[in-house]
Amino acid sequence: MDIEAIRADFPILKRRVHDLPLVYLDSAATSQKPQCVIQAEVDFYSHHNAAANRGAHVLAEEATEAHEGARAILADFVGAKPDEIIFTRSATDSINMVATAFANATMYAQQGLPVDARFVLNPGDSIVVTELEHHANLVPWQELCKKTGAQLRWVTVSRDGSLQIETLESLVDSRTKLVAWTHVSNLLGHQIDHRPFVAAAQRVGALTLLDACQSVPHMSVAVPELGVDFMVWSAHKMLGPTGLGFLWGTRQALAAMPVVETGGSMIAQVTMESSTYLEAPAKFEPGVPAMAQTVAAGVAARYLMTLGMAHVESHVRQLSAYAAARLGSIPGVTVLTSADGDPVSAVSFMVDGIHPHDVGQLLDSRGIAVRVGHHCAWPLIKALGVPATVRASFSVYSTHDEIDQLVDAVIACQSFFSRALSHRGA
Amino acid sequence: MQGMVEMMSIEQMYQDIILDYYANPVAKGLREPYQVEVHHVNTSCGDDITVRLAVQGGALKELSWDGVGCSISMSSMSMLAEAVAEKDLATFDTALAEFTRLMHGKGVVVPDELILGDAVAFAGVAKFAARVKCALLGWKAVEDAVTRIKGSTDD
Repeated sequence: MDIEAIRADFPILKRRVHDLPLVYLDSAATSQKPQCVIQAEVDFYSHHNAAANRGAHVLAEEATEAHEGARAILADFVGAKPDEIIFTRSATDSINMVATAFANATMYAQQGLPVDARFVLNPGDSIVVTELEHHANLVPWQELCKKTGAQLRWVTVSRDGSLQIETLESLVDSRTKLVAWTHVSNLLGHQIDHRPFVAAAQRVGALTLLDACQSVPHMSVAVPELGVDFMVWSAHKMLGPTGLGFLWGTRQALAAMPVVETGGSMIAQVTMESSTYLEAPAKFEPGVPAMAQTVAAGVAARYLMTLGMAHVESHVRQLSAYAAARLGSIPGVTVLTSADGDPVSAVSFMVDGIHPHDVGQLLDSRGIAVRVGHHCAWPLIKALGVPATVRASFSVYSTHDEIDQLVDAVIACQSFFSRALSHRGA
Repeated sequence: MQGMVEMMSIEQMYQDIILDYYANPVAKGLREPYQVEVHHVNTSCGDDITVRLAVQGGALKELSWDGVGCSISMSSMSMLAEAVAEKDLATFDTALAEFTRLMHGKGVVVPDELILGDAVAFAGVAKFAARVKCALLGWKAVEDAVTRIKGSTDD
């Protein structure tokens, strides 16, 4: 990949921060957007804006074609069929939709209404997650357990960042209804082998949900080959627009899943007494969709596919390995990794004696943007026994030179604080 | 928009006096006796503070604290402990109001040094929106502790 040519596609990378060139190392939080994605929204609003999937005029047809065309591109991007892709507000929204579907199914069952038993949670049933989940793949399940009396169980993380995967066998039993886990850790950055989770869930007939927010933007993911029932990810981390997420499900799972939000454009027939619903994806998409965003997300997926996901993955893995090695060679810097694998596109580290928030501030003063804190993975932070971390994360436009600047800035940060604190007896 | 963030040297935030208190904390280490203990966190960055406090004769007594956090949150707590120890509740309320006004002032508020003492050094921090909650963490914790003590004695 020609990184300089790629960088020229991203207008924000020309920005200066504190009168210095921006060094953006926070792509795991949100990626930057190439001009073609930005332009796609402008073009949609400038030429084709109308409510998709309704109306009988030219603009409505163009909007529908563009919107559904984007669905086909997104499906192609993950090796899926268009009708398996649900547009949502965010990956968080996607997970909450599945959680709400479980809650709805449970309420319907209590009233004797027909519902797929796989979505029904009774007291004593369980949901299994891991201790390294982003809060978005933890808190909705906690709430669902509260609503239904089901029990939340999790695979714990050792101090070396590895999952105690052998416990899956006993955690997942005949009362387990859902197993949900992340594909790539947003904090330790490594990829998690999906196979033991899928095998454990299939053994007992539990549904599975994969959080792919940190994998889909950086690697080729052919979701039907993974064997999961649901997968979620977001547009804004894959060079696409904000405000848009995706829920992929197998046709069987989406057919069995109860409706979540209801209203227009998801109905088959409506009377004053009751309504029937369309099949997926329409079944889960009431209201006028975020068309400008879906179209732009399609352009983002095209952009990544044109680069080639194998090249993208190779690039970010090289950067991660380089960053881990260079940061790890600085005395007083600890790189947090997992014994389960090398980082894909994000490296977390700590600087002895300097709180991550202070490190982030010093880096910002040099125009370097990183994430500091608990990265919405508080239980993992506690399991690792650290207060917080600094995270540098990469995308297609990131460079080795930016990592060199990060390393220089971390050393300057150490020197600033050791000068400032040494004569004060700290 | 370019230039939205005014160029700023890092020394404007990390004033010497802030680093002094960071290196040499005041009233750190939880002590007995106390009337109430409160635990506050910064949800985004994980700063974590526990404050113990008693109120006797309308004055703050036995203020002690412990915590893990950045230099801004930790030094702010120390300065606060020094500024309000043994002071009456009205003085604390005045200082809290003035410090809150300073921290929400986007760096353009001139603080009253007579009220805040060394804590006026946080004027530079007020320019960094992301750090305002760090500076306020200890103050919010002590405010909470005072409120709880008042609540338990008003019954």
